[in-house]
Amino acid sequence: MRYVSSRNTYRSFRFYAASALVLGTAFAVPAIFAGAASPGPTLSINIEKFAYTPKDITIAPGTKIVWTNHDETPHTVTSGDKSFASKGMDTDDRFEHTFASEGDFGYICTLHPFMTGVVHVRKQ
Amino acid sequence: MSVYDPPDSGHDPARRRALRCLAAWTGAAIVWTVAGGVPRALGATRTGIPPSVPKNALSFVQISDTHIGFRKEANPDVVGSLRHAIADTNALPQMPAFVVHTGDVSHLSKPEEFGKARELLQEFRVDRVHTIPGEHDTIDEGVSGYLKFFDHDGNGKAWYSFEQGGVHFIALNNVLNFKAGTMASLGDEQIGWMKNDLASVTDSTPIVVLAHIPLWTIWEPWGWGTADSAEALALLRRFGSVTVLNGHIHQVLQKVEGDIALHTAMSLAYPLPTPGQPGIGEPGPVTVPAADLGKLLGTRQVRVVRGKQELALIDTPLEG
Repeated sequence: MRYVSSRNTYRSFRFYAASALVLGTAFAVPAIFAGAASPGPTLSINIEKFAYTPKDITIAPGTKIVWTNHDETPHTVTSGDKSFASKGMDTDDRFEHTFASEGDFGYICTLHPFMTGVVHVRKQ
Repeated sequence: MSVYDPPDSGHDPARRRALRCLAAWTGAAIVWTVAGGVPRALGATRTGIPPSVPKNALSFVQISDTHIGFRKEANPDVVGSLRHAIADTNALPQMPAFVVHTGDVSHLSKPEEFGKARELLQEFRVDRVHTIPGEHDTIDEGVSGYLKFFDHDGNGKAWYSFEQGGVHFIALNNVLNFKAGTMASLGDEQIGWMKNDLASVTDSTPIVVLAHIPLWTIWEPWGWGTADSAEALALLRRFGSVTVLNGHIHQVLQKVEGDIALHTAMSLAYPLPTPGQPGIGEPGPVTVPAADLGKLLGTRQVRVVRGKQELALIDTPLEG
Protein backbone atom coordinates (compact mmCIF):
# COMPACT_ATOMS: atom_id res chain seq x y z
CA MET A 1 0.00 0.00 0.00
CA ARG A 2 1.24 3.39 -0.90
CA TYR A 3 0.23 5.32 2.15
CA VAL A 4 0.83 5.01 5.81
CA SER A 5 -1.86 3.72 8.10
CA SER A 6 -4.06 6.16 9.97
CA ARG A 7 -2.24 5.48 13.23
CA ASN A 8 1.07 6.19 11.60
CA THR A 9 -0.40 9.21 9.90
CA TYR A 10 -1.45 10.62 13.24
CA ARG A 11 1.98 10.06 14.70
CA SER A 12 3.70 11.66 11.77
CA PHE A 13 1.74 14.85 12.20
CA ARG A 14 2.91 15.34 15.71
CA PHE A 15 5.93 16.90 14.07
CA TYR A 16 3.99 19.05 11.76
CA ALA A 17 6.50 20.98 9.71
CA ALA A 18 8.64 17.98 8.93
CA SER A 19 5.60 15.87 8.16
CA ALA A 20 4.18 18.40 5.79
CA LEU A 21 7.42 18.38 3.88
CA VAL A 22 7.48 14.60 3.74
CA LEU A 23 3.86 14.19 2.78
CA GLY A 24 3.94 17.06 0.35
CA THR A 25 6.71 15.24 -1.45
CA ALA A 26 5.17 11.81 -1.17
CA PHE A 27 1.83 12.95 -2.55
CA ALA A 28 3.42 15.05 -5.26
CA VAL A 29 1.40 18.10 -4.33
CA PRO A 30 3.41 21.29 -3.96
CA ALA A 31 3.59 22.38 -0.39
CA ILE A 32 3.89 26.05 0.41
CA PHE A 33 5.47 26.74 3.70
CA ALA A 34 4.55 29.14 6.18
CA GLY A 35 5.41 32.53 6.95
CA ALA A 36 2.73 33.97 9.11
CA ALA A 37 0.70 35.40 6.24
CA SER A 38 1.48 32.67 3.72
CA PRO A 39 -0.96 29.96 2.77
CA GLY A 40 -0.58 26.69 4.62
CA PRO A 41 0.63 23.46 3.11
CA THR A 42 -1.37 21.31 0.75
CA LEU A 43 -1.94 17.62 1.29
CA SER A 44 -3.77 15.14 -0.86
CA ILE A 45 -6.22 12.34 -0.21
CA ASN A 46 -6.93 9.78 -2.88
CA ILE A 47 -10.35 8.33 -3.52
CA GLU A 48 -9.83 4.88 -4.91
CA LYS A 49 -11.63 1.55 -4.67
CA PHE A 50 -14.45 3.22 -2.75
CA ALA A 51 -12.15 4.45 0.04
CA TYR A 52 -10.43 7.65 1.14
CA THR A 53 -6.69 7.20 1.56
CA PRO A 54 -5.55 8.16 4.07
CA LYS A 55 -8.89 7.78 5.79
CA ASP A 56 -7.81 9.47 9.01
CA ILE A 57 -5.49 12.45 8.91
CA THR A 58 -4.28 15.09 11.37
CA ILE A 59 -3.24 18.50 10.11
CA ALA A 60 -2.48 21.99 11.36
CA PRO A 61 -4.89 24.90 10.86
CA GLY A 62 -4.45 26.54 7.47
CA THR A 63 -3.75 23.29 5.68
CA LYS A 64 -5.45 22.69 2.36
CA ILE A 65 -6.52 19.17 1.46
CA VAL A 66 -7.13 18.11 -2.11
CA TRP A 67 -9.22 15.02 -2.76
CA THR A 68 -8.97 13.34 -6.17
CA ASN A 69 -11.36 10.66 -7.38
CA HIS A 70 -9.57 7.86 -9.19
CA ASP A 71 -12.61 5.56 -9.43
CA GLU A 72 -14.88 5.13 -12.45
CA THR A 73 -17.75 5.68 -10.05
CA PRO A 74 -18.61 9.20 -8.89
CA HIS A 75 -18.08 10.06 -5.26
CA THR A 76 -18.51 13.06 -3.00
CA VAL A 77 -16.67 14.54 -0.04
CA THR A 78 -19.42 15.74 2.28
CA SER A 79 -18.78 16.77 5.87
CA GLY A 80 -21.13 15.81 8.65
CA ASP A 81 -21.37 19.40 9.87
CA LYS A 82 -21.96 20.78 6.33
CA SER A 83 -18.83 22.94 6.59
CA PHE A 84 -17.61 21.56 3.27
CA ALA A 85 -19.15 19.54 0.50
CA SER A 86 -18.02 18.69 -2.98
CA LYS A 87 -20.26 18.29 -5.94
CA GLY A 88 -20.40 14.87 -7.51
CA MET A 89 -16.83 14.07 -8.50
CA ASP A 90 -16.42 12.09 -11.67
CA THR A 91 -13.20 10.29 -12.53
CA ASP A 92 -10.14 12.51 -11.96
CA ASP A 93 -12.22 15.36 -10.55
CA ARG A 94 -10.68 17.18 -7.60
CA PHE A 95 -12.11 18.96 -4.61
CA GLU A 96 -10.19 21.10 -2.16
CA HIS A 97 -10.89 22.63 1.18
CA THR A 98 -8.71 24.65 3.55
CA PHE A 99 -9.20 23.95 7.23
CA ALA A 100 -8.92 27.24 9.10
CA SER A 101 -9.82 26.20 12.60
CA GLU A 102 -9.28 23.31 14.95
CA GLY A 103 -11.73 20.46 15.21
CA ASP A 104 -12.59 16.99 14.02
CA PHE A 105 -14.27 16.94 10.63
CA GLY A 106 -15.85 13.67 9.66
CA TYR A 107 -17.04 13.28 6.10
CA ILE A 108 -18.68 10.70 3.86
CA CYS A 109 -19.50 10.02 0.25
CA THR A 110 -23.22 10.68 -0.01
CA LEU A 111 -23.54 8.08 -2.75
CA HIS A 112 -21.76 5.45 -0.72
CA PRO A 113 -22.07 6.35 2.97
CA PHE A 114 -20.00 3.35 3.98
CA MET A 115 -17.09 5.46 2.71
CA THR A 116 -15.99 7.57 5.65
CA GLY A 117 -13.03 9.76 6.49
CA VAL A 118 -12.00 12.23 9.16
CA VAL A 119 -9.73 15.25 9.29
CA HIS A 120 -8.37 16.24 12.70
CA VAL A 121 -7.21 19.84 12.80
CA ARG A 122 -4.84 20.54 15.68
CA LYS A 123 -2.48 23.34 16.54
CA GLN A 124 1.01 21.96 16.82
CA MET B 1 -45.82 7.89 -27.49
CA SER B 2 -43.30 8.66 -30.17
CA VAL B 3 -42.08 6.11 -32.65
CA TYR B 4 -38.73 4.41 -32.14
CA ASP B 5 -36.04 6.44 -33.81
CA PRO B 6 -32.91 4.61 -34.98
CA PRO B 7 -30.07 6.09 -32.99
CA ASP B 8 -27.50 6.51 -35.72
CA SER B 9 -27.23 10.26 -35.70
CA GLY B 10 -24.52 11.72 -33.62
CA HIS B 11 -22.67 8.46 -33.09
CA ASP B 12 -19.68 6.84 -34.66
CA PRO B 13 -21.11 4.51 -37.33
CA ALA B 14 -18.55 1.75 -36.85
CA ARG B 15 -19.07 1.65 -33.14
CA ARG B 16 -22.81 1.83 -33.67
CA ARG B 17 -22.69 -1.21 -35.95
CA ALA B 18 -20.56 -3.09 -33.45
CA LEU B 19 -22.91 -2.28 -30.61
CA ARG B 20 -25.97 -3.16 -32.67
CA CYS B 21 -24.39 -6.54 -33.35
CA LEU B 22 -23.42 -6.84 -29.71
CA ALA B 23 -26.93 -6.16 -28.58
CA ALA B 24 -28.67 -8.37 -31.15
CA TRP B 25 -31.87 -9.84 -29.77
CA THR B 26 -31.76 -13.57 -29.28
CA GLY B 27 -34.76 -13.84 -27.04
CA ALA B 28 -33.30 -15.76 -24.14
CA ALA B 29 -35.62 -15.38 -21.20
CA ILE B 30 -36.32 -17.11 -17.97
CA VAL B 31 -39.96 -17.11 -17.02
CA TRP B 32 -40.77 -16.85 -13.36
CA THR B 33 -44.04 -17.06 -11.58
CA VAL B 34 -44.64 -16.01 -8.03
CA ALA B 35 -47.38 -18.14 -6.52
CA GLY B 36 -48.24 -17.72 -2.89
CA GLY B 37 -45.07 -15.73 -2.50
CA VAL B 38 -42.81 -18.49 -3.80
CA PRO B 39 -41.01 -17.78 -7.06
CA ARG B 40 -40.81 -20.73 -9.43
CA ALA B 41 -38.94 -21.00 -12.70
CA LEU B 42 -41.23 -22.19 -15.46
CA GLY B 43 -38.52 -22.58 -18.05
CA ALA B 44 -36.67 -20.68 -20.68
CA THR B 45 -37.63 -19.49 -24.09
CA ARG B 46 -35.35 -18.59 -26.94
CA THR B 47 -38.11 -17.78 -29.38
CA GLY B 48 -37.95 -14.09 -28.71
CA ILE B 49 -41.70 -14.13 -28.13
CA PRO B 50 -42.67 -14.21 -24.47
CA PRO B 51 -45.61 -16.46 -23.57
CA SER B 52 -49.03 -15.06 -24.39
CA VAL B 53 -50.62 -12.71 -21.90
CA PRO B 54 -54.10 -13.49 -20.59
CA LYS B 55 -56.61 -10.88 -21.63
CA ASN B 56 -57.28 -9.74 -18.09
CA ALA B 57 -53.60 -9.48 -17.18
CA LEU B 58 -51.86 -6.25 -16.41
CA SER B 59 -48.46 -6.24 -18.04
CA PHE B 60 -45.71 -3.73 -17.47
CA VAL B 61 -41.97 -3.53 -18.03
CA GLN B 62 -39.28 -2.70 -15.48
CA ILE B 63 -36.02 -1.11 -16.53
CA SER B 64 -33.35 0.15 -14.19
CA ASP B 65 -30.01 1.89 -13.76
CA THR B 66 -29.68 3.50 -17.18
CA HIS B 67 -26.93 5.85 -15.89
CA ILE B 68 -27.35 8.26 -18.78
CA GLY B 69 -24.10 10.23 -18.92
CA PHE B 70 -21.84 7.25 -18.17
CA ARG B 71 -19.23 6.92 -20.92
CA LYS B 72 -16.49 4.71 -19.55
CA GLU B 73 -15.04 1.43 -20.65
CA ALA B 74 -17.65 -0.75 -18.96
CA ASN B 75 -20.19 0.63 -21.45
CA PRO B 76 -19.29 3.52 -23.73
CA ASP B 77 -22.82 3.68 -25.16
CA VAL B 78 -25.48 3.56 -22.46
CA VAL B 79 -27.83 5.48 -24.76
CA GLY B 80 -27.56 2.65 -27.28
CA SER B 81 -28.31 0.09 -24.57
CA LEU B 82 -31.41 1.97 -23.48
CA ARG B 83 -32.56 2.37 -27.06
CA HIS B 84 -32.10 -1.35 -27.58
CA ALA B 85 -34.33 -2.06 -24.60
CA ILE B 86 -36.89 0.43 -25.91
CA ALA B 87 -36.90 -1.26 -29.31
CA ASP B 88 -37.34 -4.69 -27.71
CA THR B 89 -40.21 -3.42 -25.57
CA ASN B 90 -41.90 -1.69 -28.47
CA ALA B 91 -41.67 -4.95 -30.43
CA LEU B 92 -43.51 -7.03 -27.81
CA PRO B 93 -46.57 -8.72 -29.29
CA GLN B 94 -48.76 -7.16 -26.62
CA MET B 95 -47.67 -3.76 -25.46
CA PRO B 96 -47.23 -3.30 -21.72
CA ALA B 97 -49.48 -0.83 -19.97
CA PHE B 98 -46.53 1.23 -18.80
CA VAL B 99 -42.86 1.15 -17.96
CA VAL B 100 -41.26 1.61 -14.55
CA HIS B 101 -37.69 2.78 -14.14
CA THR B 102 -36.28 1.85 -10.73
CA GLY B 103 -33.68 4.57 -10.44
CA ASP B 104 -30.26 5.83 -11.40
CA VAL B 105 -31.80 7.40 -14.45
CA SER B 106 -28.72 9.61 -14.73
CA HIS B 107 -25.11 9.05 -13.79
CA LEU B 108 -24.17 12.42 -12.28
CA SER B 109 -27.52 14.17 -11.72
CA LYS B 110 -26.74 16.70 -14.43
CA PRO B 111 -29.69 18.53 -16.00
CA GLU B 112 -28.55 17.52 -19.47
CA GLU B 113 -28.50 13.87 -18.37
CA PHE B 114 -32.02 14.09 -16.97
CA GLY B 115 -33.17 15.89 -20.11
CA LYS B 116 -31.64 13.29 -22.40
CA ALA B 117 -33.13 10.49 -20.32
CA ARG B 118 -36.59 12.02 -20.42
CA GLU B 119 -36.31 12.43 -24.17
CA LEU B 120 -35.24 8.80 -24.59
CA LEU B 121 -37.93 7.42 -22.30
CA GLN B 122 -40.54 9.11 -24.47
CA GLU B 123 -39.60 6.65 -27.20
CA PHE B 124 -41.39 3.87 -25.31
CA ARG B 125 -44.75 3.38 -27.00
CA VAL B 126 -46.62 3.27 -23.72
CA ASP B 127 -48.91 5.73 -22.00
CA ARG B 128 -46.57 6.46 -19.15
CA VAL B 129 -43.09 5.84 -17.81
CA HIS B 130 -42.86 5.89 -14.03
CA THR B 131 -39.52 6.65 -12.43
CA ILE B 132 -38.02 6.77 -8.97
CA PRO B 133 -34.65 8.30 -8.08
CA GLY B 134 -31.43 6.43 -7.44
CA GLU B 135 -28.52 7.86 -5.51
CA HIS B 136 -26.92 8.91 -8.80
CA ASP B 137 -29.97 11.15 -9.37
CA THR B 138 -29.61 13.10 -6.13
CA ILE B 139 -25.93 14.00 -6.03
CA ASP B 140 -25.70 17.79 -5.89
CA GLU B 141 -29.16 19.18 -5.22
CA GLY B 142 -30.77 16.34 -3.34
CA VAL B 143 -33.87 15.26 -5.17
CA SER B 144 -34.78 18.72 -6.49
CA GLY B 145 -32.72 18.41 -9.68
CA TYR B 146 -34.40 15.10 -10.47
CA LEU B 147 -37.87 16.47 -9.71
CA LYS B 148 -37.45 19.22 -12.29
CA PHE B 149 -37.75 16.45 -14.86
CA PHE B 150 -39.64 13.67 -13.09
CA ASP B 151 -42.13 15.10 -10.62
CA HIS B 152 -44.83 12.54 -11.35
CA ASP B 153 -47.64 13.75 -9.16
CA GLY B 154 -46.63 17.38 -8.87
CA ASN B 155 -46.28 17.20 -5.11
CA GLY B 156 -42.58 17.87 -5.05
CA LYS B 157 -41.82 14.48 -3.53
CA ALA B 158 -40.07 11.58 -5.14
CA TRP B 159 -42.54 9.13 -3.61
CA TYR B 160 -46.08 8.59 -4.78
CA SER B 161 -48.64 5.89 -5.38
CA PHE B 162 -51.04 4.98 -8.14
CA GLU B 163 -53.62 2.35 -9.02
CA GLN B 164 -53.67 0.48 -12.27
CA GLY B 165 -55.30 -2.79 -13.30
CA GLY B 166 -56.47 -3.47 -9.76
CA VAL B 167 -52.94 -3.23 -8.42
CA HIS B 168 -51.74 -0.63 -5.93
CA PHE B 169 -48.29 0.68 -6.82
CA ILE B 170 -46.06 2.49 -4.35
CA ALA B 171 -43.03 4.33 -5.68
CA LEU B 172 -40.48 5.09 -2.96
CA ASN B 173 -37.34 7.17 -2.55
CA ASN B 174 -34.71 5.43 -0.44
CA VAL B 175 -31.65 7.36 -1.57
CA LEU B 176 -31.70 10.48 0.56
CA ASN B 177 -31.27 9.78 4.23
CA PHE B 178 -27.61 8.89 4.17
CA LYS B 179 -25.68 8.84 7.41
CA ALA B 180 -22.05 8.00 7.93
CA GLY B 181 -21.31 4.33 7.97
CA THR B 182 -24.92 3.24 7.57
CA MET B 183 -27.13 2.14 4.74
CA ALA B 184 -29.65 4.49 3.17
CA SER B 185 -33.10 4.76 4.65
CA LEU B 186 -36.64 5.78 3.79
CA GLY B 187 -37.02 8.07 6.77
CA ASP B 188 -39.90 8.63 9.17
CA GLU B 189 -41.76 11.10 6.96
CA GLN B 190 -41.92 8.69 4.04
CA ILE B 191 -42.84 5.69 6.17
CA GLY B 192 -45.59 7.78 7.73
CA TRP B 193 -46.86 8.69 4.27
CA MET B 194 -46.74 5.02 3.27
CA LYS B 195 -48.80 4.04 6.31
CA ASN B 196 -51.47 6.59 5.45
CA ASP B 197 -51.41 5.62 1.79
CA LEU B 198 -52.01 1.95 2.57
CA ALA B 199 -54.72 2.60 5.15
CA SER B 200 -57.53 2.51 2.60
CA VAL B 201 -56.16 -0.39 0.53
CA THR B 202 -57.81 -3.77 1.10
CA ASP B 203 -55.77 -6.79 2.14
CA SER B 204 -56.59 -8.62 -1.08
CA THR B 205 -55.26 -5.87 -3.34
CA PRO B 206 -51.98 -6.87 -4.99
CA ILE B 207 -49.23 -4.46 -4.01
CA VAL B 208 -46.19 -3.63 -6.10
CA VAL B 209 -43.49 -1.52 -4.44
CA LEU B 210 -40.80 0.27 -6.42
CA ALA B 211 -37.59 1.31 -4.65
CA HIS B 212 -34.10 1.83 -6.01
CA ILE B 213 -31.96 0.28 -3.28
CA PRO B 214 -33.12 -3.20 -2.26
CA LEU B 215 -35.55 -3.33 0.64
CA TRP B 216 -33.64 -6.19 2.13
CA THR B 217 -30.01 -6.34 3.15
CA ILE B 218 -28.03 -8.03 0.42
CA TRP B 219 -24.52 -6.90 1.35
CA GLU B 220 -24.15 -4.30 4.06
CA PRO B 221 -20.44 -3.53 3.50
CA TRP B 222 -21.41 -2.14 0.08
CA GLY B 223 -24.53 -0.41 1.34
CA TRP B 224 -26.75 -2.83 -0.54
CA GLY B 225 -29.75 -2.55 1.72
CA THR B 226 -32.13 -0.08 3.34
CA ALA B 227 -31.60 0.60 7.04
CA ASP B 228 -35.30 0.95 7.92
CA SER B 229 -36.74 -1.50 5.39
CA ALA B 230 -38.15 -3.65 8.20
CA GLU B 231 -40.55 -0.82 9.09
CA ALA B 232 -41.76 -0.58 5.51
CA LEU B 233 -42.13 -4.34 5.11
CA ALA B 234 -44.09 -4.51 8.36
CA LEU B 235 -46.70 -2.23 6.78
CA LEU B 236 -47.01 -4.67 3.88
CA ARG B 237 -47.41 -7.92 5.80
CA ARG B 238 -51.21 -7.88 5.93
CA PHE B 239 -51.48 -8.00 2.14
CA GLY B 240 -51.79 -11.31 0.35
CA SER B 241 -49.60 -10.40 -2.61
CA VAL B 242 -46.67 -8.01 -2.34
CA THR B 243 -43.95 -7.70 -4.94
CA VAL B 244 -40.98 -5.37 -4.39
CA LEU B 245 -39.02 -4.33 -7.46
CA ASN B 246 -35.56 -2.87 -6.88
CA GLY B 247 -32.54 -1.80 -8.92
CA HIS B 248 -29.17 -0.52 -7.70
CA ILE B 249 -27.16 -3.75 -7.74
CA HIS B 250 -27.30 -4.31 -11.51
CA GLN B 251 -28.14 -8.00 -11.33
CA VAL B 252 -31.10 -10.26 -10.70
CA LEU B 253 -31.49 -11.50 -7.14
CA GLN B 254 -34.60 -12.40 -5.23
CA LYS B 255 -35.81 -13.15 -1.77
CA VAL B 256 -39.13 -14.17 -0.27
CA GLU B 257 -40.35 -13.12 3.17
CA GLY B 258 -43.77 -14.59 3.85
CA ASP B 259 -46.06 -13.20 1.14
CA ILE B 260 -43.54 -10.54 0.17
CA ALA B 261 -41.35 -11.29 -2.84
CA LEU B 262 -38.39 -8.99 -3.44
CA HIS B 263 -36.57 -8.80 -6.76
CA THR B 264 -33.62 -6.79 -8.02
CA ALA B 265 -33.22 -6.14 -11.74
CA MET B 266 -30.48 -5.96 -14.31
CA SER B 267 -29.08 -2.59 -15.29
CA LEU B 268 -29.05 -1.06 -18.76
CA ALA B 269 -25.61 0.46 -18.20
CA TYR B 270 -22.97 -1.91 -16.80
CA PRO B 271 -22.68 -4.96 -14.58
CA LEU B 272 -21.60 -4.85 -10.95
CA PRO B 273 -19.87 -7.64 -9.03
CA THR B 274 -21.85 -10.22 -7.18
CA PRO B 275 -22.23 -9.40 -3.48
CA GLY B 276 -18.96 -9.91 -1.70
CA GLN B 277 -17.36 -11.37 -4.80
CA PRO B 278 -13.89 -12.68 -3.82
CA GLY B 279 -11.11 -10.47 -5.06
CA ILE B 280 -13.42 -7.50 -5.67
CA GLY B 281 -13.58 -5.25 -2.68
CA GLU B 282 -15.88 -2.56 -4.01
CA PRO B 283 -19.07 -2.27 -6.04
CA GLY B 284 -17.58 -0.53 -9.09
CA PRO B 285 -18.44 -1.10 -12.76
CA VAL B 286 -17.19 -4.42 -14.12
CA THR B 287 -15.75 -4.33 -17.61
CA VAL B 288 -16.48 -7.51 -19.54
CA PRO B 289 -15.58 -8.45 -23.13
CA ALA B 290 -17.78 -6.47 -25.51
CA ALA B 291 -19.46 -9.65 -26.74
CA ASP B 292 -20.64 -10.44 -23.22
CA LEU B 293 -22.01 -7.06 -22.16
CA GLY B 294 -25.44 -7.55 -23.71
CA LYS B 295 -25.87 -10.75 -21.72
CA LEU B 296 -25.52 -8.84 -18.47
CA LEU B 297 -27.85 -5.95 -19.27
CA GLY B 298 -31.57 -6.34 -19.65
CA THR B 299 -35.18 -5.66 -18.86
CA ARG B 300 -38.00 -7.32 -16.95
CA GLN B 301 -41.59 -7.87 -17.94
CA VAL B 302 -44.11 -8.24 -15.11
CA ARG B 303 -47.64 -9.58 -15.44
CA VAL B 304 -50.40 -9.47 -12.92
CA VAL B 305 -53.50 -11.58 -13.60
CA ARG B 306 -56.61 -10.26 -11.91
CA GLY B 307 -58.02 -12.70 -9.39
CA LYS B 308 -54.71 -14.46 -8.89
CA GLN B 309 -51.89 -13.77 -6.53
CA GLU B 310 -49.38 -14.82 -9.12
CA LEU B 311 -47.06 -12.36 -10.77
CA ALA B 312 -45.02 -13.60 -13.69
CA LEU B 313 -41.59 -12.04 -14.02
CA ILE B 314 -39.58 -12.44 -17.20
CA ASP B 315 -36.02 -11.21 -17.01
CA THR B 316 -34.62 -10.77 -20.49
CA PRO B 317 -31.04 -9.84 -21.30
CA LEU B 318 -30.40 -7.58 -24.25
CA GLU B 319 -28.45 -10.45 -25.75
CA GLY B 320 -29.14 -14.02 -24.73
